[in-house]
Amino acid sequence: MDKFEKLSGIAAPMPLVNIDTDMIIPKQFLKTIQRSGLGKNLFDEMRFDREGKEIADFVLNKPQYREAQILVAGDNFGCGSSREHAPWALLDFGIRSVISNSFADIFYNNCFKNGILPIVLPQEAVDVLMKDAEKGSNARIEIDLENQVVTSSDGETFSFEIDAFKKHCLLNGLDDIGLTMEKGSAIDAFEAKAAAARPWV
Amino acid sequence: MSPKTLYDKIWDTHVAHESEDGTCLLYIDRHLVHEVTSPQAFEGLRMTGRKVRAPEKTIAVPDHNVPTTHGRENPDQMTEDSRIQVAALDKNAKDFGIHYYPVSDIRQGIVHIVGPEQGWTLPGMTVVCGDSHTATHGAFGALAHGIGTSEVEHVLATQTLIQKKSKNMKVEITGKLKPGVTAKDITLAVIGATGTAGGTGYVIEYCGEAIRDLSMEGRMTVCNMAIEGGARAGLIAPDEKTYEYVKGRPHAPKGEQFEAALAWWKTLFSDDDAHWDKVITLKGEEIQPVVTWGTSPEDVLPITATVPNPEDFKGGKVEAAKRSIEYMGLTPGQKLTDIKIDTVFIGSCTNGRIEDLRAAADIVKGKKIKDGMRAMVVPGSGLVRKQAEEEGLAQIFKDAGFEWRLAGCSMCLAMNPDQLAPGERCASTSNRNFEGRQGYKGRTHLVSPAMAAAAAITGHLTDVREMM
Repeated sequence: MDKFEKLSGIAAPMPLVNIDTDMIIPKQFLKTIQRSGLGKNLFDEMRFDREGKEIADFVLNKPQYREAQILVAGDNFGCGSSREHAPWALLDFGIRSVISNSFADIFYNNCFKNGILPIVLPQEAVDVLMKDAEKGSNARIEIDLENQVVTSSDGETFSFEIDAFKKHCLLNGLDDIGLTMEKGSAIDAFEAKAAAARPWV
Repeated sequence: MSPKTLYDKIWDTHVAHESEDGTCLLYIDRHLVHEVTSPQAFEGLRMTGRKVRAPEKTIAVPDHNVPTTHGRENPDQMTEDSRIQVAALDKNAKDFGIHYYPVSDIRQGIVHIVGPEQGWTLPGMTVVCGDSHTATHGAFGALAHGIGTSEVEHVLATQTLIQKKSKNMKVEITGKLKPGVTAKDITLAVIGATGTAGGTGYVIEYCGEAIRDLSMEGRMTVCNMAIEGGARAGLIAPDEKTYEYVKGRPHAPKGEQFEAALAWWKTLFSDDDAHWDKVITLKGEEIQPVVTWGTSPEDVLPITATVPNPEDFKGGKVEAAKRSIEYMGLTPGQKLTDIKIDTVFIGSCTNGRIEDLRAAADIVKGKKIKDGMRAMVVPGSGLVRKQAEEEGLAQIFKDAGFEWRLAGCSMCLAMNPDQLAPGERCASTSNRNFEGRQGYKGRTHLVSPAMAAAAAITGHLTDVREMM
């Protein structure tokens, strides 16, 4: 997993609320057995018509947002299924951070496993950054994970909260499984105790 | 000891390690696996030379891609990519030595129907699966939730999940339901009341007389859609109905072990003075048969209502409602019962159990589906299918003009050949009405099995109470 420390990038505005994982990556692309290569299908049904032609007014098809690395999105982003194909598709497209007033739980967790930083900010702050993103490629938003700050292109700053462990893993690009395996003896001990208490499990 | 909720009790029993910052390793008792969200996880194990830590607690079944038509053993019935994905699960189950129900096995079905049916799901357990509708298993008083593929790999390798505790929410449904009102209407009504983000950060416990009165099948329907309200999980405390359902199932404890388990299960309830971070109460007798009009499960209205006006909403929902109404091809003010239906889908992990098929068959019996209607029943498992045939339900459906399919997820998410065409409108017993969910530009109205059956007969969304 790539580290996430600082990012200065173009942000694409997606003010729609309840952007679900079926929108982010429709089910026909879940048949892959790989993690890579899903960026071309990101937001497929919003981005392309049935003939595969780009829909001009979809935000990521506009010239100024083709290189976007950040999404500023409406409330409850990533609701719906547990498919990790959603963050895989975002990452493969080049998106490293999503800013919203709220995220669906499973999607939020999935982002951290893939080096994507989901940032929760109050609605007023999201509104300011949405306006900023609407300025296009001249407005670069800066994200500093270490200091937990988002800076708009006008220099306005917004601090955000993040779980300390998740931050640590993201800053260092750490593999969760390796970390957990270091606690193998605790799991062994728990398993022995649980097997005695609840042998039917 | 301080009073605890049911969630607190299950959580505390499963913490294998706690760091100073409160990050926990939660031990997982049952890991359910299907073909769509697992190949990359098994691949990860292979690349790192890791094994499945507890293969005896890991159960796999293909369900999302599999065709539901006869002759599906013939691989030609699947697209190349579906075939590869199912074959990968076949191989991974064998290579890693986990329990497996292949397509050819009568016990095959939707993972959330197979788990309880086979007695894998028991009260007080932690259950995960790379599928958001894992919440279903909460009906047994098990802490059950969906996870992503990286977490699937984590559980395969370590039998634990890295977790922080969620908050406690109580959803109480008081009183009795009126005739024609079902578990599906309860769960949709709750989402209508809280919104799809209302449960974010919480584990919900459903309680109250109307919940107690539900069968295990109904309780699974309620918990199944906890995720649609944004909650991590939904729970219902186990009671006599739960023990009765579990007893005698292939993987449930037997004899003395059952008695020992029962003694513990009886401690699994929220203490009277437990702390709740949020409480919602609905009156059971006020819940009506409901239907969704839009493209979010929160877009819920009683069947007697009319399509809303987007301007009546607030904030970002105004634009979202405009988009939904346009997508759905509806007009504000239109009566919901005037909406014509092309297709009826009865099935899914929400409503693909025997009781759901009985409720639908009750309405259908002796009638014919509307001319030109496409209607299908997809039982949730091979065993549900067999039971429905033995009870004569299959014949009722077939006589009425329904297609009687084999088990799988089918048109709930349309990964297999069962899909809506652009513009096709479906009354569906599934759980999501998202844009494109049941097929590109397909239009979904979520309803109960009885309401779906009624729509199949009349050809439009219908108040099932008028047919009872």
